[in-house]
Amino acid sequence: MRPFWSGTISFGLVTVPVALFSATRSRGTALRMVAPDEAPVQRRYVCSKDEKPLDDDDIVRGYEIEKGKFVVVSDDELEAVEPKKSREIDLRLFVDRDSIDPIYFDRGYFLVPSGGTNKAYRLLAEVMEKKKFAGIATFVMRAKEYLVAITAEDGILRAETLRFRDEVRSPEDAGLPHKTKVMPAEVRKFETQIAHRSKKLDLRELMDDYEERLEKLAHTKEKKHQDIVRVEKPEKEEPEDGEVVDLLAVLSKSLGGSGRKPARKAPARSRAKRTVAKKK
Amino acid sequence: MAARAIWKGVIKAGTVSVPVKLYSAVTDRTVHFRLLHKTDKQPVKQKLVSADSGEPIEYAEVRKAFPIARGRMVVLEDEELETLKPKDSRDITVTRFVDPKDVDSRFYDRAYFLGPDGDSKAYFAAAEALAKKEKEGIVKWVMRDRQYVGALRAEDGYLVLITMRHADEIIDASALQPPAGRPLQKKELEMAEQLLTALHGEFDPNDYKDEYRARVMDLVEAKAKGHKPKIVKFRPKPSKDEKLDDVLAASLAKVKRAS
Repeated sequence: MRPFWSGTISFGLVTVPVALFSATRSRGTALRMVAPDEAPVQRRYVCSKDEKPLDDDDIVRGYEIEKGKFVVVSDDELEAVEPKKSREIDLRLFVDRDSIDPIYFDRGYFLVPSGGTNKAYRLLAEVMEKKKFAGIATFVMRAKEYLVAITAEDGILRAETLRFRDEVRSPEDAGLPHKTKVMPAEVRKFETQIAHRSKKLDLRELMDDYEERLEKLAHTKEKKHQDIVRVEKPEKEEPEDGEVVDLLAVLSKSLGGSGRKPARKAPARSRAKRTVAKKK
Repeated sequence: MAARAIWKGVIKAGTVSVPVKLYSAVTDRTVHFRLLHKTDKQPVKQKLVSADSGEPIEYAEVRKAFPIARGRMVVLEDEELETLKPKDSRDITVTRFVDPKDVDSRFYDRAYFLGPDGDSKAYFAAAEALAKKEKEGIVKWVMRDRQYVGALRAEDGYLVLITMRHADEIIDASALQPPAGRPLQKKELEMAEQLLTALHGEFDPNDYKDEYRARVMDLVEAKAKGHKPKIVKFRPKPSKDEKLDDVLAASLAKVKRAS
């Protein structure tokens, strides 16, 4: 499995070589498409003229400058637009971790040390964790610039991509009305509800009910031997972006540990691989 | 410019109801590229084919299946899937109020503004109560046949709803071992702390712009005119382990000079 991005983090004159892996994963249980002959369905890119199937090497990236007219742009060219930012996350500002408005949060990643020593990595992680700091920078990943907050938790560096200011609307942009005076009695009514219903966060509430119902239905049908499709050919190993078969194993290996700690809770479901291959 | 509401619902916290409208709070400004066939520079088409025979398949013929084990799937018919859909409702039900610090930011997915629907008294009262008590509500609702979990927060006197990712989409950092090595020296830790503290400030999103976006558009325009861009690679210098305290000392000196 390849990282989403690799390069260095720098603070002051210190540089930390890192690789960036997704901290979120799509469940492997998304519904698959099945053909009438009971084979898995694949998406295939074909030429728009003769419908001939295309390999990855036959496909390039283009920007439509006018209808039907495209300018081809290569990965190397895109990287060279901001060569430094494509390879370096330069932390020139550290802020209080909790001061970032969650409206900005986009996606979470883990950073693992890559190459040579991990001393600078551990140093940055330890100090940021102690001070509850987040390092702020912009960098370029896969042909897109990101605002990013680097944080540390349990000795591991994390990256949270943030939205840019112009990607976040204000209440005025959304056309919300001006604030009006509120009656203390109305506020108290809501405060009473808060007082009655304040509890610890329970991750069970963040389980996907729909997924669970899907799985239950599938298992019930399996027991009755209904509509079972066997895939004789092993599915092609082609994880899509962010989709990782056993991300934990890869991360543990990259972090240089002796393996993973016993997980706090057993993973709820088996993660089968995706049938539908997608081009990066 | 008044935005159009994308959905209407009613927040239900116990006996209190707050009718609201939902507005998108984020927009995507990414430059979008198309995939083209290399030879004729025209967009590629996508086709569905059978993995066994390679024969093309019409979308209407496709059946849905749940992967139950490696190499084994159970086909679920459309009528069966229909019965699993969550029940239609306008309720945004608060299941509990939590300390915002307990919610890992990686759970936050997409933010929406809530605006009052009709009477605004209950709306602004809810925002004020949440801000005063420093809590956020964990809420569930069904929108367009999908069940959502989200965080109901107060920002700047307004209500914000942020959809949350499901628990098993987040990798638990506690399952990972942090990198190990010889203990860090006290001096190095002290210098690093001084350095980070010297670089500490306030986060202001206005200070950051997506410059890359504009440059990519410049690149596209230059290429459209037939210019060939120069490819420049960036080669960072890795810092060496034995010199870490020297590098830290030099960094500190530089920061002090700059301030």
